[in-house]
Amino acid sequence: MLLIRCPYCEEERPELEFRHAGEAHVARSGDIAAISDEDFEKFFFIRSNPKGVVFERWRHVHGCARFFNAARNTVTDRFLVTYKAGEPKPEISAEDAGPAAWANREPAELNETSSSRLKEQVTE
Amino acid sequence: MAKAAAKTATTGTLRRPALAGREVLAGGARLSVLPPAERMSLRAPAASVAALSRALGLDLPVKPKTSASSGARTALWLGPDEWLVIDQTGDPLADCAKVKALHSAVGISHRNVAISASGPGAEATLAAGCPQDLSLQTFPVGACSRTILGKVEIVILRTAEDAFRVECWRSFSDYVLDFLTEAAGDAAG
Repeated sequence: MLLIRCPYCEEERPELEFRHAGEAHVARSGDIAAISDEDFEKFFFIRSNPKGVVFERWRHVHGCARFFNAARNTVTDRFLVTYKAGEPKPEISAEDAGPAAWANREPAELNETSSSRLKEQVTE
Repeated sequence: MAKAAAKTATTGTLRRPALAGREVLAGGARLSVLPPAERMSLRAPAASVAALSRALGLDLPVKPKTSASSGARTALWLGPDEWLVIDQTGDPLADCAKVKALHSAVGISHRNVAISASGPGAEATLAAGCPQDLSLQTFPVGACSRTILGKVEIVILRTAEDAFRVECWRSFSDYVLDFLTEAAGDAAG
């Protein structure tokens, strides 16, 4: 089970208490009726979905019930940092993001690595 | 059960609290459904905490996962601006009604059912369905939290080293008591 640090409860809690709530830092236009259809499409439908570090909103729904933001690596599923809603987007360096090469590997290569690692463990 | 019980006397209808008086001795834990209590959901910004604390007669806890008690009244920190106030005798809603500072106080006395789990197997009983670390180091006496038991949301308060108060929604109380009964049987082994 993943442990996620809630910035309001100030401790790590089991993932079952949390709910994912989409991409973070998607700014809504102050005058939504004035923006073009293309800009509205970008705001409403288009998400970054990168392979690597993503900034997401999460809600500690079965805990303090607060929304907060998190930076997560989509390859390793590792949470790099969590911070309160409204706080600025943190700078994440390449080293913080874990093995950077992972994000550029083909899925088959990743599987290869994990299966060969498994073999090593078995032989040990 | 003060006000809740008194009201039924005047209307003449018999109030039947869910699972009233049910008690289970299973394995290492005793589970008992606690008598009805006055409960209040309190939401307030930091600026109102001092005034509300004075009115309620206890210091509303502001640290995560902590509670404060005074007499038969307990305030549980649920979130940065949210508390659950439980009172066995008085009415916390009436006390908050006098407060001018911004707040929202909602009576939820009849929404919840409380079950106490006590005995040497109490911690293991709850841990069977609650993913949080309930050991004494991380969940000491007086600690409280909203969390999960199996598939329902509950609020846990540790009342003693080997005793917990579990608050769940009335409609989930059957599930919670059954779950804990099963778990207590396993906790014995």
